[in-house]
Amino acid sequence: MGKRLLKAHALAVYVFLYAPIAVIVVYAFNSGRQVLNWDGFSTKWFGEALRDNTITDAFRNSLLIGAGNALVACVLGTMLALALPRLPRLLRLPLDALVMMTLVTPEIVFGIAALVFFVETGIPLGLKTILIAHVVFNASVVALVVRARFTGMGEELEEASYDLGAGPIATFRQVTLPRLAPAVLAGGLLAFTFSFDDFITSFFVSGAGTTTLPLRIFSALRFGISPVINATAVMILALTLGSVVLAYVVLRRSSGGREGVSAVPGL
Amino acid sequence: MRRRAWRAGGRRRGGGPRYPGWLALPAAGWYAAFFLVPLGFVVAYSFAALEGYAGIAFAWNLDNYRSLWDPLYGGVFKRTLGLSLFGTAATLLVGFPFAYWLARYAQRKTLLLLLVVVPFWTSFLIRTYAWLIILDPEFPLFRALHSVGVVGADLNLLYTPKAIYIGVVYNYLPLMVLPLYAALERLDWSLVEAAQDLGDPPWRAFRRITLPLALPGVVAGSLLVFIPLTGEYLIPVILGGDKTVFAGNLIAQQFLEAHDWPFGSAIAVVVIAAMTVVLVAFSRIAARQETQGG
Repeated sequence: MGKRLLKAHALAVYVFLYAPIAVIVVYAFNSGRQVLNWDGFSTKWFGEALRDNTITDAFRNSLLIGAGNALVACVLGTMLALALPRLPRLLRLPLDALVMMTLVTPEIVFGIAALVFFVETGIPLGLKTILIAHVVFNASVVALVVRARFTGMGEELEEASYDLGAGPIATFRQVTLPRLAPAVLAGGLLAFTFSFDDFITSFFVSGAGTTTLPLRIFSALRFGISPVINATAVMILALTLGSVVLAYVVLRRSSGGREGVSAVPGL
Repeated sequence: MRRRAWRAGGRRRGGGPRYPGWLALPAAGWYAAFFLVPLGFVVAYSFAALEGYAGIAFAWNLDNYRSLWDPLYGGVFKRTLGLSLFGTAATLLVGFPFAYWLARYAQRKTLLLLLVVVPFWTSFLIRTYAWLIILDPEFPLFRALHSVGVVGADLNLLYTPKAIYIGVVYNYLPLMVLPLYAALERLDWSLVEAAQDLGDPPWRAFRRITLPLALPGVVAGSLLVFIPLTGEYLIPVILGGDKTVFAGNLIAQQFLEAHDWPFGSAIAVVVIAAMTVVLVAFSRIAARQETQGG
């Protein structure tokens, strides 16, 4: 009953999800200066984007922030994921709620809160403030991904390690990390992507002199869409799509199972 | 397992290998310093007033909230609520049949699910501005539809509330689909078949079995769509041409243009308060669902 209808609906949903991405990719290769006037195939706009200093500088900033974020968020998020399951209820529930809050709070609210905070405490706005702010939600992303894997792990090996006299740090390095590494790596890749793509938080805490790639694109949009912006967008899409798919493959390969599937949607 | 990703907490036994609790400290400290304290500053600011050109005086009164009590802003909040409700209902309407198909009939579920996740993890900004191209009356599809008479020549969705609605459904759909799928995927379809074998027409089997079992997914998905939408900023700016103002835009205006940070903070506090109410209400529903479900 209705099975074919459901399938047709699903197909329509996929078209809906991918049409905008496809449109950007197609028009990035339009050699015409006007986006919607197809004037033949060309890759020249990619070259133009890469020669534009305001784009490459923003790109470098985004890479730096994204990588720094992945690193800090991995450390904080993984530590949190290790501690959380065995904390007493009284501490665990509020911390859990806090993790969820950092992820669902409307970004504009967090953005202005961070701005007010940095201004009041006299921390100069720039790359550093963007990094600090992004880590807040990215630590939560890593914590969720790592925790989904961690809670499913048996505890026998760690207990044996403790019994043999190893401390938590040695046990982590020698026993837990090798099994947890795929989840940590996947969490890191997702944190990188999240940070690299972030617009609103960066918009408020970047200050006057610092630009990231999404900020650069946004300011260009004020003058309308240009082929150069489309080409830049395609390069961003390639980079972030790549790291998301990689995160997913890493998680699935290593689990042979499904927890990765539930961990990534954990957002 | 699946549940854990959505709902905080869980059993202590089987919580994974044993590690000391102090490992939570760095993250907890980071959250406290750079999330809770900033939110506290916003609350404090909401009771302050502008002084001179750029100064701020902590008057500790409710003036900002009183000025919010104006039909002008009431309209903005109503519109924001409308947008959040619309987004939740529309993504549920589109997402449920989709998740149902994915969970019950689809082959190669992993790949198909990945295809839903991937757009969600790519740039919100890029995926949103792409609709500027698609909704442009000059877009080939539009011109084709026009030439065969499906749409009128004067149809221009660009920078209208309709464009905002399309952008909202587009951007938030994966957030609804994923928890729905997670709930439906665990569903034992033989229960549904048994009900039908025993004489339930399909719709009644759906209402009595599928729907109650899918409810945790519906609740989780609704939360993930509704709450961020109360502060949606980017979609109205890009697709609505910044002409239709929602709470998120109002906050941004106060910070970027009017430079009235205390007033902007008061609006943000209202959004936070609304969010808290919704969260508490939803978690009550979820808790009751759990005790009923046994």
